[in-house]
Amino acid sequence: MNRNKNIWIIWSALVAIVVIYFGYTLLEGEDRTVFVPGEMTGGHHQIGIACDACHGESFTDMDAMQKTCESCHGDQRKKPFDSHPRSKFTDPRNADRLENINALYCVTCHVEHKPELADKTGVTQPADFCIHCHADVGENRPSHKDMEFATCASAGCHNYHNNRSLYTDFLVKHMDAPALLDSRTVPEKEYASVLDEIMSYPHDRYPVKKIGLKDIDAPIKIQFKTTDEVRHDWMSTAHAKSGANCSACHMLVIDDKEPVWTDKPDHRACAQCHDIEVKHFTQGKHGMRLAQGLSPMTPAMARLPMNEEAIDKELGCNSCHQAHEYKLDTASVDACLGCHADEHSQSYKTSPHYDLWLKEQAGELPEGSGVSCATCHMPRVDVDVNDWLRRTVVQHNQNANLVPNEKMLRSACLNCHGLPFAIDSLADQQLVNKNFRGKPQVHIESVDLARKDYLRHLDKTGGE
Amino acid sequence: MKYSKIALSLGLAATLSATAATAQAENTVPVKAMADALHLVMDSDRTVYTRKIVNRLVKKEKVIKASEHFEDDKALVLPAQMFRFGAEMVKQRSEALPDVNFSYSLQSLWPINKQNAPKTDAEKEGLKFVAENKGTNYYTEEVLGGQKYFTAVYADTGVAPVCVSCHNDHKDSPKTDFKIGDVMGGVVIRIPVDG
Repeated sequence: MNRNKNIWIIWSALVAIVVIYFGYTLLEGEDRTVFVPGEMTGGHHQIGIACDACHGESFTDMDAMQKTCESCHGDQRKKPFDSHPRSKFTDPRNADRLENINALYCVTCHVEHKPELADKTGVTQPADFCIHCHADVGENRPSHKDMEFATCASAGCHNYHNNRSLYTDFLVKHMDAPALLDSRTVPEKEYASVLDEIMSYPHDRYPVKKIGLKDIDAPIKIQFKTTDEVRHDWMSTAHAKSGANCSACHMLVIDDKEPVWTDKPDHRACAQCHDIEVKHFTQGKHGMRLAQGLSPMTPAMARLPMNEEAIDKELGCNSCHQAHEYKLDTASVDACLGCHADEHSQSYKTSPHYDLWLKEQAGELPEGSGVSCATCHMPRVDVDVNDWLRRTVVQHNQNANLVPNEKMLRSACLNCHGLPFAIDSLADQQLVNKNFRGKPQVHIESVDLARKDYLRHLDKTGGE
Repeated sequence: MKYSKIALSLGLAATLSATAATAQAENTVPVKAMADALHLVMDSDRTVYTRKIVNRLVKKEKVIKASEHFEDDKALVLPAQMFRFGAEMVKQRSEALPDVNFSYSLQSLWPINKQNAPKTDAEKEGLKFVAENKGTNYYTEEVLGGQKYFTAVYADTGVAPVCVSCHNDHKDSPKTDFKIGDVMGGVVIRIPVDG
């Protein structure tokens, strides 16, 4: 009897421990990996422990989950970036199509927790899913008649969401462009010239005018600690030249409370003036953990090959931009190669792109004609800040144009290269691995098909 | 006494609800009239955009182009795109307004974009009807995705030279001999109804 009683006591205690452990982990714990039903895909693995990031407050409400997808990916899912926006499918005339493939929800094609189903782009549908709506494409596009539907999304052909560099008229417009364009520079920086139009910029506290050492507004006790090197570094930057005093970064305003001095300001401080850059940064692999309130990303957490010595480095704005001195070459090349150790990264310094970068740094080539890591992976792009203002900003979400890599055509390649050469180059994985040392050994037919289509039309209309 | 109070309350409630129902019935717009009214707004806005903006600036003043790829070409949005963007915005905004639920689209028997060809039986029959019976609209009911809809189809006529020239010259257009005044397609409006 006593023995039975003891077993019951032990059993109850064990159950209580297990319940408390899981209960605490579920409600209070940061790491909830134990509840994750399967490994996460590459896109979300960093934030897999923050269940709420995707599930919100519900595990069953599809619409609520859809909102969380859109809270991070929404900007890219609007026209002109998305050729299959939600509004295309909410029309009742497409109700039958939704029965085959429910395009209203991201998870229809991007199932999480099942990485074994996902391809490189995170798609978990069979590759021939386009057939659901475009089965008759051969009737209107004779060139497509005998093509397999599993090949629609082949390199250089179609992207379900972002087809902006691959639509027929775009291919025709650029079909005769040479491998190297005559003009080869990236868009110019323009933050300083549009400051007046940015309503959220703290014009009242930091009017745009050059300031110097006599204007420094750090508290006296901080100024005693400040080294000449820090002063010198700050004086050399655009910050000093445009009125961004010490307090602009070190006095952090959170939730409209009184600003407080902080010795090591984080991304929230930078966002006070560079909100778009920080927003993008926290959408990409470098900063997405910060957006979820998790500890910063470290190379140790990455799935890509990283340098051993950098393994514990935490990622924030200052990982690539130094605290007081903002050197372009550090942020654009050295910072990247400090961590990334894959074949493509390690081959960079043997590439013709790097030669151009060195020449630009040496003043032998005009500004914007060198090609750093950031030139392609953090390109200067046009961003619609609102309905009235478009700005050229550095895209700090380095994943925005990464997969499928044709998304890089407009934002990077076409600044210097013709479209046919660029499409072939991006499709040649060996060439990508070698960081574009050499010529593409792969040829993609999309430009040829567009040319045929165009010539057929010319024949039909007598060349008009 | 107690029962008479209850009876009085019930009677009052019944009278009130009957009054409300009558008022509601009096203020309810028949679904056909609503579709006609919606179409009148759409068609007028579309005509104004086509004539006063696109045709004037492209053909008369020759100061700007209109292009399907208006972002890339820094050009005016085509009238058909203007119409479709409006339809998409309505769809998006009406998701938050359960009482304001309707959809519309511009379709054609000769579509440049094949996704705008008639798809349901009502669309096929309606577009054919309005093309063959100029000046007469087409009304029917259909069930899509388990929901019954009142579906109205209105002829879409080429009102300006830009409509005709653009469609006749486009490489993906299956018809190249449109003239001003021709029925070039149709506007399909759907309003969900009970039953």
